[in-house]
Parts: sequence; C-alpha cells; structure tokens
Amino acid sequence: MKELLEKIRAAALAEISDAAADVEQTRVRFLGKKGELTTVLRGMGALSPEDRPAMGQLANEVRTAIENAIAERMARQKERALAHRLEKEKLDVTMPGTPVRMGHQHPLTRVRREMEDVFIGMGFSIAEGPEVEYDYYNFQALNIPENHPARDTQDTFYISDKILLRSQTSPVQVRVMEKQKPPIRIISPGRVYRSDALDATHSPLFQQMEGLVVDKGITMSDLKGTLETFAKQMFGEETKIRFRPHHFPFTEPSAEVDVSCFACGGKGCRVCKGEGWIEILGAGMVHPFVLSNCGIDPEVYSGFAFGMGIERVAMKHYGIDDIRLFYENDERFLGQF
Amino acid sequence: MNLSWKWLADFVDLGNTDIQTYCDRMTLTGSKVEGYEILGAEIENVVVARIKKIVPHPDSDHLQICTMDVGKGEDVQIVTGAQNVFEGALVPAALPVAKLPGGVVIKPGKLRGVQSDGMLCSMGELGLSAHECPGKEENGILILDEEECAAHIGEDIRKVLMLDDTSVEFEITSNRPDCLSVIGLARESAVSFGKPWKLPAPAVKGCGGDVKNYLTVKNLAPDLCFRYAAKVIKNVRIAPSPRWLRMRLFAAGVRPINNIVDITNYVMLEYGQPMHAFDYAMLGGNTITVRRAAEGEPFRALDGSDHTLASSMLVIADGEKPCALAGVMGGENSEITAATNTVVFESACFSGPSVRVSAQKNGLRTESSARFEKGLDPENCLPALLRACELVELLDAGDVVDGVIDAYPAKPETVTLPFTPDRYNAFLGTNIAAEEMVKILTALDCRVEDGKIVVPSFRRDLACMNDIAEEIIRIYGYDKINATNICAETTRGGRSPAQAFRVAMESALLGMGLDEIQTFSFISPKNYTKIGIAQDDEAARSVVISNPLGEDTSVMRRTLLPSMLDVLIRNLNFQNENVRLFENGSVYIPSADEGELPFEGKRLALGMYGDVDFYTLKGVIENLLSVAGIENAVFTATVKDAAYHPGRSAHIRAGERVIGTMGQIHPTVAAAYGTDVPLFAAELDLDALFELRVAEKPYRPLPKYPAITRDFSLVCDEATEIGTIEAVLRKAGGKQTEDVRLFDIYRGPQVGEGKKSVSFRMTLRADDHTLTLEDAEKVSKKVVALLDRELGLSLRA
Repeated sequence: MKELLEKIRAAALAEISDAAADVEQTRVRFLGKKGELTTVLRGMGALSPEDRPAMGQLANEVRTAIENAIAERMARQKERALAHRLEKEKLDVTMPGTPVRMGHQHPLTRVRREMEDVFIGMGFSIAEGPEVEYDYYNFQALNIPENHPARDTQDTFYISDKILLRSQTSPVQVRVMEKQKPPIRIISPGRVYRSDALDATHSPLFQQMEGLVVDKGITMSDLKGTLETFAKQMFGEETKIRFRPHHFPFTEPSAEVDVSCFACGGKGCRVCKGEGWIEILGAGMVHPFVLSNCGIDPEVYSGFAFGMGIERVAMKHYGIDDIRLFYENDERFLGQF
Repeated sequence: MNLSWKWLADFVDLGNTDIQTYCDRMTLTGSKVEGYEILGAEIENVVVARIKKIVPHPDSDHLQICTMDVGKGEDVQIVTGAQNVFEGALVPAALPVAKLPGGVVIKPGKLRGVQSDGMLCSMGELGLSAHECPGKEENGILILDEEECAAHIGEDIRKVLMLDDTSVEFEITSNRPDCLSVIGLARESAVSFGKPWKLPAPAVKGCGGDVKNYLTVKNLAPDLCFRYAAKVIKNVRIAPSPRWLRMRLFAAGVRPINNIVDITNYVMLEYGQPMHAFDYAMLGGNTITVRRAAEGEPFRALDGSDHTLASSMLVIADGEKPCALAGVMGGENSEITAATNTVVFESACFSGPSVRVSAQKNGLRTESSARFEKGLDPENCLPALLRACELVELLDAGDVVDGVIDAYPAKPETVTLPFTPDRYNAFLGTNIAAEEMVKILTALDCRVEDGKIVVPSFRRDLACMNDIAEEIIRIYGYDKINATNICAETTRGGRSPAQAFRVAMESALLGMGLDEIQTFSFISPKNYTKIGIAQDDEAARSVVISNPLGEDTSVMRRTLLPSMLDVLIRNLNFQNENVRLFENGSVYIPSADEGELPFEGKRLALGMYGDVDFYTLKGVIENLLSVAGIENAVFTATVKDAAYHPGRSAHIRAGERVIGTMGQIHPTVAAAYGTDVPLFAAELDLDALFELRVAEKPYRPLPKYPAITRDFSLVCDEATEIGTIEAVLRKAGGKQTEDVRLFDIYRGPQVGEGKKSVSFRMTLRADDHTLTLEDAEKVSKKVVALLDRELGLSLRA
C-alpha cells in the first residue's frame, strides 16, 4: 500500500507539474469522490490496526502534498491569467485625453479678483458706484472745479452738463464717505471711461481699482506699508516699491508709485523698458477739502487713497502688449488663462 | 517744459553733476523728468572751415572742387554740389569719419572720379532751420558769419553754433505753474541739490520820457484781470536776436522770430510770465482797454485764424477793436513787423478759468494760455516786464521809455500758515527734526517765523497743513518714509452678499465650461435695430454720449445681447469651433428724468454655437438656477422677442417675474450679423437672480424608506408641451412625488401624423413609511384622472 501511495503521489505531482494538463481533472482523478487516493483511503479499513496509523499519516501527507501542489498551480495560473489580462488591457498613454470642457476666466477678472483678495485679507470691503455719474462726484467733490486744468488729463465723455461717464473710480470714495463714517477701508474696482481712441495702449474704456482708508491717525507711512504688502503679495516677496512725488487734486501729498520690475527684479529689461521699475499706482493722503466736503473733520481724521489700472497690471503681469485683446474676446486668447 | 541746461546755469551752479543724476534727483523731488536731449549729440567731426579755392569738376557741370582750410595746417579737398559757395567763405565741414543727424555717416570717397575727403553742410544737415539761422540760404551750404567764426577755424561746429546744450523735458503738474519757468526750476534744482542760487534783479537804464504820455490803460474787468503792467519801447530796431538767445529758445523748443518777439518768449520761459508785444502805431486812441468781448465781436489772431468772440472772453482792446485775446494770442492788427517803430510790452495777470475757456472755445491753446490757466502770480508781472526791457537794452533792440503803467487794483493778501512740526511728523509717519523742516521751507522761499510760515506769492498751491507736509517730505525724501501697518480699529472686510453671489455664478459657469468675456459698455444705436428692436421702441431708449468717439460707441447699452453676438461672430470669423461664452456685465436704463442718473442693472449674457443646441443652453441655465437655489423657475415659450427664433426661445419665469430670455437667435438676426450658423444666447437678470436666491438651502435627510417607480406612456398632440404633462404628473403624486422624468419620446407612423408618444418615469416616496402597492395604485389612478380632466389625455394601452 505504501508503494501505491507513493506511486499516486508521484503520478499526481507529475501531472500537476505538466503545464498542458487540466489541473481540475487531476484533482478529480486523485482527490475526487472516486479518485485514486480516495479509493486507497477507502481501502484503509482492510489494513491491520498496527499499520493503519502509519499508512493514515502517509495517506494524509500525500493528500496534503497533492492539494498544495494543486493550490500552488492554481495560484500560478491565476497570476498568469491576470498578467495576460493586464497585458491585453495595455493602453497607449500618449493618446490624448477625452476633452472635458473647462471654462476660462477672463484675464482682467482674474487679475482683479487676485487684487481684491489681497485687500480683503487686509480688512477691506468692496464698494461699488455708478459708472454714469454726476460731474459733482467725478470732479467737483474731488477738488477739481469746472475749468480746472487738471481736467485736461482726463478727457471725459459727457452725457449732459451735469452727467458724465466717470473718468476714474474715485467718485466712489466720495459716495462712501458721504454715507459711512470712519473707520473706512474700501476698494472700488470698476470700469472707467476716457475719450481716448482705441489703439494698442489706449482704450476708451478701462478698469481701475481705487482704495480708500480713513480713520484716526492714518499716516503716509501706513500708505506705504499697505501698498508694499499689496505689491509683495501680488508680485512676489522680493518686490520693492518706490514713491515719487506727484500731484492729484484730491490727495496731498501725492505720489506715483513704482514697483520693482517683476520680470527682471529691477535689473532692467524689455518689460520695464530698462528702468527696473514699473509705474502702476497713483496714491496719496486724502485732501482735507475732500474729507470736509464729505462731512469728515480733517482735524480729527486722516486717510489715504490709491488707484491703479487693472489692464496695466494684467498687461505687465502676463506680458500682453495690446490692450485691445482684452475686449476682442478671441477664444484663442481667452483659452490661455 | 523744456529746460536749457546752459540757461539753468545762469541761476544755479550744480558743479559737475551729470545729467542723469540731475534728472533722477529732480524726479524724486517732484519735478518729473520725461527725458533729455543733448542737442548736437548726433553731430560728430564737423568743424568750421574756410574755402581757399574753388575749381570746377572736370566731369560734371554742377560739382565743384573746394580746397579747404580745416585748421589742421594741411588742406583738405572736398567736392560739393552746392552753388552758393565762394572762395573765402566760412562753412561747416564734415570730416571723415563724421556723423550727422538722422544717422548720416560721412566717409571719404570719390565723386565722379575726384577724391572728396568730407562734406560741406547745410543748416538742415545740422538739424537747424531758417529760424535758428536767420538770413541764411536754406537750400545751400550754411555760410558762417565772418566776425563770429573767423577765429574758430578747425573748431567743433557744435560749440561755435552753440549746439552744445542739453534740453531737459519736464512734466510739470498743474499745481506748479511757477515751475513752467527757468527760474522756478532753478529754485527746485537748488533745493534738490542743496546748492545756493541767485536771482538778479533786472536793471533798466531807460532813455527818459514818460510812458504816460504814450498810453493809458483802463481795466474794465478787474475780476478777470488782476494786474496789467506795460512799458513802451521806442526807436525799435527789429533784427534777428543774437545766437545765444536764439539757441536758448531752440533748446526750449520755441522758434526764434525777431528780437522783440524773441524777448517776449525768452521772458516767458525764464520768468514763467507770458508777455505780449503790440505795435504801438496800430493801437487806436493810445489806450488799452481790458474788457469782456462784445457778443459776436470778430477777431483775427496773429496766426491768421478768425474767431467770433463771446462775452465770457476777455480781450485787450484799443479805443475800438480787440487787439489780443487776453492771455491766449495777440491780434493780427497789432502784430510786430519789420516796420514796427514803437512797441508796447504787456505783462499782465489774467484769471485762469477765463483764459482756459477762451483758449478752448477758440481752439487756440498756446504756451501763454497753458500757463495762465493754471493761475499765475501777479507779483511776477513787474520783474518780468523789467527783464524784457533789460534785454531790449542788452540787445540794443530799442530805447526804453521811462515809467511803467501798472493797473493793480487788489494785491492779494500774503498767505500764512501755522508751522506745526509735530503734526507733520504724525501725519507723515516720520521723525524729521523741526530745524530740518525750517531749512527745507526756507530754501523753497517760505519764511518761517514766530511759529508761522509766510508763503511766497508764487506758491498759491500751499494752503493747508497737507501742502506743507508734502513740501517737507518731497525734499526730505519719499524714500525715507517707513512702511508701517495701519494701527486703527479693525474692519470687517470681504465681499457683500451680492458680490459673492456674482462670483458664485461666474464660478458655476466656468465649471460648466463657458469662457468669460468682457465687452465695451457702449454700443452703436444701430445694434438695437439689428436685434429687432425698433428705433423708437422704449427698449432702445438709451443713455447717449454727447461727445462720443464714434457712432459705434455712442450709446450706453441696455442689453448685453448685441455685444455677445458680436463676439460670437468674431470667433466664428477666427474659425474657433464650439464656442461657449458668458459675460457678467451692466446695462444702463435711462431714468425718466434726464437730470437723474440711469439705473445700472447687472446682467448675465450667455452665448454659444457649435456642438450645442437649445437644450445645452437650457441645461446651463437650469444649473445656474440650481446654484442660486431658485426652484420655482419655469421656462415658457416666448410670445414675442424678435431677437430669438419664435419656436425655439423661452422666457425664464419665477412666479410672475420674467428673469431672463433664452433660445436660438432668429435666423434673420443671425443673417444680419452675417452668419447662418445657429447661434444660441440668453440674457439673465442677475439682480433678480440675487433677490430670488435661496442662499442657504436646508439639508434634506437621506430617505429612510424605499421608493416606488411607475412608468406612464401616452400619446398626445405634437403641440402639447412636455412641461404641462410633467406638471400634471407632479400634481397627481402630490407630496409623494420625488421625481418625474421624461425618458422616451417617439414620433412615427404608429402614433400618427402630428402626434408624439411620450413616456415618463415617476418616482414616489414617503418620508414616514414604506409605500405600498396600494399607495402607488392610488397615485396611478389619480394620474389617469388628472390627465383626462386637465389635458383630455389617456394612457397608452
């Protein structure tokens, strides 16, 4: 019987190791109800009680060996099948992805939102005002009376004697100060209009962002600090700012503000025309005339204001050299942002 | 303002400061330099030379061969084509390798076989004109004056012709008319570099006589003319000005004319005080009257232009006629000519706004009006007038009659301001010593005494604490201001709910794959008719720009649709495929009262073409409504909107309110825009969406009990709207309706012509128990009953 068991073991293992053989058949042949090993085991009863334990142990060993071999073989087969499947399922990863539509935010909106968020982080809220505005708010309340030469710098579209298209976002300042008492901390982004014919660098309509802070003890150094924070967040930590004296009728002292060129870092390049600086802001301390005109006592309160062109920032930021592209809305342009 | 660097040196010695350092520093102290031009920079190796001998060219009938003394000891041979040269003439000679304006390079060469080692130059070739070179032939070689140049043979022509100056271009802001002058800029230069400067008082000898015997001045408009000063010059000898004066005018960008006119311009540039010279013989009645023009009074300016004056304009008249438009331009009738014998110099101070209006209305903007309109200092009239007379004597241009006419009804009071150093520092955020402040203010000609600042008369812009703080800090240095954080009450920043809503709508649209556009707010009024709105329709009544750049940007839009269509068409023309766009913009609805501002409403425009149809657009809008939490909106077929296809457009309604229109653009409208490609567009009222929004949609718990679905199929007329049937099904399910969805629609022979078969799946669910078959059966019965009662429809067998 021992020989028989060994024979079965050898035969079974040989069959299992034969790659061509069907392992399920092997299982049935040896381990099935009528299988060879089962049959041998069934014959165990005929053995003498003394031989039975040894034979039983051997028979179990043979069964375990066959079972393990089968399991191993099956595992290998499964593995191979999986490998085969994976091989078959291989894709050409260089083929393009299925297009999923994605909208593109207009570059001016994108830049404007970025700017808004910087100031919102500093506690500013966003004020809005009419684009079709009274001469009073656009000029007179800002210390620019009728026939004042400062009106020359802003060729204005008029609707009537008293109504115009605002030439700056500054009238929003006045409207805010008329309604709200300090502390005031607002920005007012929006469209402004000037009678400039459309070309690569001029547009009769463009967008500005104005800022206004009024409170007790606001200083010119606060203005510098605020704009420096803005410039660093907007253009990078390394950015520096430079104030140059200037004149605006509604601020005193006034400054034109340059930022160090974000393309070359100040060494001078094409973007900054070799100067290392890019002028992007006008700013100053709110003129006492403007404050008192809005019912705010300039002896108690002080404030600063600043303004910048959104197109200008966007053009410098993205290296766009033609302002008309913003309003042409060619999808090939829009799709880049 | 163009400043001659040499002229500046008359008043301030800047040592060896180089030009770039000068420009940078001036900009940083508030006098912005736009740039500078070194006058003769393009000229190299051009010298004074004498023609020793001329022989004709053997092979040419117009060329001549000149033997030149160029001051080197050795003669040079130059061939010239000019005919005005002669033996012994002094001329400018360009010696190789020489450079001339416009990038011209002179090299040795042969002209028809004869060696020519240079070129003789005309005034044009040196960048000059007949104005700078009076009495010289413009087209020939520039023949130099013997007495001026004989001693300078071989010397650089730039030095001899005084082309060795630099012109600095300043952008002077409107509050600083005092800096529109050499003297004003000299003061600023001196302060900026911490140097002393001097302003000599003009000295006039005079020739006796009394101006009062020549002239009387009547000022009938003291509100517009604050001061009128005049002097008389007799025995005038009109001639060209000397070269130094001509070249200073040239550097300042002013054309030299003759000595008298040049003197008026020179003084204007030096003192910032516009002057005028009248031919005394042309003044009728020996009087000057300063008065308002008569309405409709004619006036011919000295540039030959004719004007009809109005009573708002100030004129300088003689006994009967206007002889000058005050502060703007003189009249042709009293212009200085070669025959002028006696001259009246005017040095006056006119009201800024008045001069500005005169200049604007007559279209005559001059150097004079540009200065007056900014408000000049009446105290400057007399020094300027005396300086003019001093120059007359210096140039020997005439004899100055003694005495001065000075109508000065009200000398303005001196302005004093408190000197408050602590306040300046607190305001600026600086820590500047009071002594430093005094030093700066004193250098600017402000007198600081007894805690007060006495403001000089030429600084009318200094009127309050801020102004003084600015003077101090601009000289002390803007760059020395520290950057500090605001120390004040905290404020709550952020976007308002309406602003945040607009951002959310934009994000939703971007998420749905639409690109954002921005278009101009003004359009052509023709755009209304293009989208089917009649010109006289209320919907076309717009805010009109009175001075538009052109017709196509002349009215403020009250709909975003035309701009959207323009952009769609533009993209079609660029052959961009499958375009989907949106714009978040404003419309401007005029108020009934023209004195009131229009209403500015926020709108959302959508536009698309390509792989889209009506339902793509509708899907986008449904998503938007869902983001806004507006659940009760319905789409109804539009009754009338000429922009849209009548069978493929809808109003979006929330209750009674129409909150938008959408659909395919009418083929006729599309054709008017030049395309037959189907265009889809919508315009939504963003303000209404905001008002109707449900900002915080409450959370609905997930269902605890299972749902039951029932399918219903029925045949109806083609005209029956799906929405109507859907509404009936929803009603039948009542509270248990969770969803009703159209899942099939069939047209074909089996259902008959003009009919369609539609199938809906209805999902029913109760939130407090599991629905039973009986529950579902009840709903089914109700569906049958309602379809029959409300629409006369029955289910398909």
